[in-house]
Amino acid sequence: MGRFTIAFVAAFVALAGTGWAGPTLDAVKGRGQLSCGVSQGVPGFSQPDEKGAWHGIDADFCRAIAAAVLGSADKVKFTGLSAKERFTALQSGEIDVLSRNTTWTVTRDAGLGLISTGVTYYDGQGFMVRKSLNVKSAKELNGAQVCMNAGTSTELNAADFFRANNMQFKSVVFEKSDETVAAYDAGRCDAYSTDQSGLYGERLKLKNKDEHMVLPEIISKEPLGPMVRQGDDQWFNIVRWTLYAMINAEELSVTSATAEEQKKSTNPEIQRLLGVEGKIGGQLGLSDAWSYEIVRQVGNYGEVFEKNVGPKTPLGIARGLNALWKNGGLQYAPPIR
Amino acid sequence: MSWLHRNLFSSPTNAALTIAALYLLWVVIPPFVDWALIDAHIHGTSREACAGGGACWVFIKQRLPQFIYGLYPESERGRVDLAFAILIVAAAPLFVPRFPAKRWIGAFLFLVYPVIAGFLFTGGVLGYREVPTNQWGGLMLTLIVALTGMAGSLPLGILFALGRQSELPAIRAISVAFIELMRGVPLITVLFMASVMFPLFLPEGMNFNKLLRALIGIMLFSSAYMAEVVRGGLQAIPRGQYEAAAALGLGYWRTMGLVVLPQALRIVIPGIVNSFIALFKDTTLVLIIGLFDFLGMIQAAATDPNWLGFATEGYVFAAAVYWVFCFSISRYSQTLESRT
Amino acid sequence: MSDPRLRAIVFQVLVIGLVVALGAMLFANTLDNLSRRGIQTGFGFLGNQAGFNILSHLIPYSETSSYGRAFLVGLLNTLLVSAIAIVLATILGFVIGIARLAPNWLVSRLAAAYVETIRNIPLLLQIFFWYFAVLRSLPLPRQSISIFGVAFLNNRGLYLPSFDSVPHLAGLNFQGGFVLVPEFVALVTALTIYTASYIAEVVRAGVQSVGRGQSEAAYALGLTRGQALRLVIVPQALRVIVPPLTNQYLNLTKNSSLAAAIAYPELVSVFAGSVLNQTGQAVTVIGITMAVYLAISLSIALGMNLYNRRTVFVGRS
Repeated sequence: MGRFTIAFVAAFVALAGTGWAGPTLDAVKGRGQLSCGVSQGVPGFSQPDEKGAWHGIDADFCRAIAAAVLGSADKVKFTGLSAKERFTALQSGEIDVLSRNTTWTVTRDAGLGLISTGVTYYDGQGFMVRKSLNVKSAKELNGAQVCMNAGTSTELNAADFFRANNMQFKSVVFEKSDETVAAYDAGRCDAYSTDQSGLYGERLKLKNKDEHMVLPEIISKEPLGPMVRQGDDQWFNIVRWTLYAMINAEELSVTSATAEEQKKSTNPEIQRLLGVEGKIGGQLGLSDAWSYEIVRQVGNYGEVFEKNVGPKTPLGIARGLNALWKNGGLQYAPPIR
Repeated sequence: MSWLHRNLFSSPTNAALTIAALYLLWVVIPPFVDWALIDAHIHGTSREACAGGGACWVFIKQRLPQFIYGLYPESERGRVDLAFAILIVAAAPLFVPRFPAKRWIGAFLFLVYPVIAGFLFTGGVLGYREVPTNQWGGLMLTLIVALTGMAGSLPLGILFALGRQSELPAIRAISVAFIELMRGVPLITVLFMASVMFPLFLPEGMNFNKLLRALIGIMLFSSAYMAEVVRGGLQAIPRGQYEAAAALGLGYWRTMGLVVLPQALRIVIPGIVNSFIALFKDTTLVLIIGLFDFLGMIQAAATDPNWLGFATEGYVFAAAVYWVFCFSISRYSQTLESRT
Repeated sequence: MSDPRLRAIVFQVLVIGLVVALGAMLFANTLDNLSRRGIQTGFGFLGNQAGFNILSHLIPYSETSSYGRAFLVGLLNTLLVSAIAIVLATILGFVIGIARLAPNWLVSRLAAAYVETIRNIPLLLQIFFWYFAVLRSLPLPRQSISIFGVAFLNNRGLYLPSFDSVPHLAGLNFQGGFVLVPEFVALVTALTIYTASYIAEVVRAGVQSVGRGQSEAAYALGLTRGQALRLVIVPQALRVIVPPLTNQYLNLTKNSSLAAAIAYPELVSVFAGSVLNQTGQAVTVIGITMAVYLAISLSIALGMNLYNRRTVFVGRS
């Protein structure tokens, strides 16, 4: 009996694929696939469609890393993670990068053995209410009952906001965001609170999205971005500079359609960006076409934004803080040289 | 008429009760039948077909493949069907009372089939595409979790039951501690332990995927209950059996394996089947740790922007499916009980 | 090595050694992993400020309270839900169990249908059903159902007057008084109905185990059916009923942990949920949670054992 159990578990373990993570780049190249941790369904950031293909800013960012490292944006394995297990999955090596609209905070950098690599989306926590409540500002929410997800900084931010404004509130906290939205829709709470980008996304899941509005106040800074494990500086650089390559590409107006053609450009910045000149890829441990492949296969930052959350999508979010620094936003990338 | 009088109206209290019961039925059943059957919409492919009141079974029909297979790629679903077909074909003879060679079939199911099924589901060999476990979901995942949990917990449970009966104090202490620990805590804490703590227990860099962790948690939890069921069977074996085996010169393991356990297990088959029903219902808890079992898929589908507002149909369908499974198995267990 | 006693001792030593070695390895790995992540071990974190709000608490609690206090709040909520559900489920279970045996064909069939339906549907599904059924059927605060003007019913809860305050509509919601939140009501309802179906079967088996002679003698003495049940049959049936009934109480207490799915802040959802997420102290938090449930289980089992011993009589068994 005991022998059977051991044999069975061993077979299952072998099939399920335990892994030993050495330096991450070697592991990814050896596997031939990037293991990317995403959410379990946040519209605009990482959401599977009926065929199981993942769409969103976070999903596309992982594709960009795969294009840079492995030459193909399709070589990504997506793993949907709940808020409770996202850090454990990264810490244990189950995933190579966590691209799950995770806020960059000092506790997460210092206390978890992980590190943020940059900001893909400047966000902030907000509130959504029914228009029939006749509330025009979050400061009018005294005594409100607020639906939130468990295990996120949302609970803490909301508590701080209400305390700072001398207001009372009650938090109704669910494990899964599907249930949170359903309860808010059923009228259980006056307000629903999560990152603003999430509010626009979850609004799509409501019965009558025009009956709801997002309040203007942003009560916290939520710079969202990917995270990797500490102690692997090479991998950290790769993930960080993937984002900067995409932002630089938008600054230089290089798009996925024009990348091929722009290789012939005489602008030295574009030449360095597309790997025509300079040996930057090699210094990162990648091929020289690393940034060219990113832009050609996935697109620059603006394209990814527009495709997933831009004004033409059901979410309809304006660039706002996520515009380039030249256009009044916060997206600024160090030069590629 | 006299039957009616005898059974329903034999006394004023009885008559009053009957009327109250009939009223209760009248209030509940017709509206439900109206909603679920008469006004329901079955034809069509999009939500426009569901205008007006009445249940929208079109929603279920359209999403049924997802409810059954989860996110398993469409082209590979044949493999899942094949695996379950083999299971049904192999297991069917076990239900026929006097079918020969049940031991061999049992051995096949326990030892060989899991490997075959594992390869079929995971792929990566023989030209089958690899399908990672995070794409397994729906009814398929529920059955995998339940059957694997069952298959794993039976041998473990037997071991712990024997350990609890053992005369060696250390073994007994360990068995009792494990059994009482697992039976005293809710399954959800064991699942949390599996999903959050197991990665901490392993050396740096080694990891198990989420499904495997959940399976191990469920197996450990269920084996404690199984141990108690088996212990009941062991206690029902008369001492004469042990003494006769000792007289024949059989050692501990051979006594257990050849004499005691076959009888004990046969006695508690209904108990084992009841454990399986409980396990089957408990698989719904994996949705709390992020696995998309049958209930999880239905919940997720209810928030699809294309199909909003049909959560009730989804839940009613889920309840019906679980009920059919559990009721059939419990009826079968009752026939077993009456047979032995 | 052929001496069986020596073999037994060696075997035990080996097994203990294996368990200890495994335990030590897991322990070492855990400490290593935790320090790598910069997480302190130990119980010190319980004194840190929680920073989050809890929906329903029996003792005073605010965002500035400690994690330890949050633990107490969760624990009290678990005990509250379990206690109330145990009482209600016992009552309902006895009623249905006896109804199963009623001579009225319709009533006994209905009871049987109830048991067979409820037992075969997963509890989590039933909890969701009651939660959304409750939410959907109650009005918004501004259209609350008022009970004599001092109590109010809406989809945020049932507001009752307490010793020092009466609920009143202030802004968005009711303030003051004592509130039963819909999560609590849904959880208690689901647990009661689910556990009652198991208790009904236990009661039925118990009542059927009392020999027919007892009921026949009771009727011969002129007792009505109700009196016979109350004075003769059920007291004897209790002997058979109490042990499995204890089991059902334990199951109910453990099942209350499913509250995490519907936002009721009991022990698992507050402590093994929010606190665990904020502090990352997986081992300590889950360890404490399991220890608490073990303690509750043991106390219930102990309590019922004492009751059993007192009601058992030496009779024909």
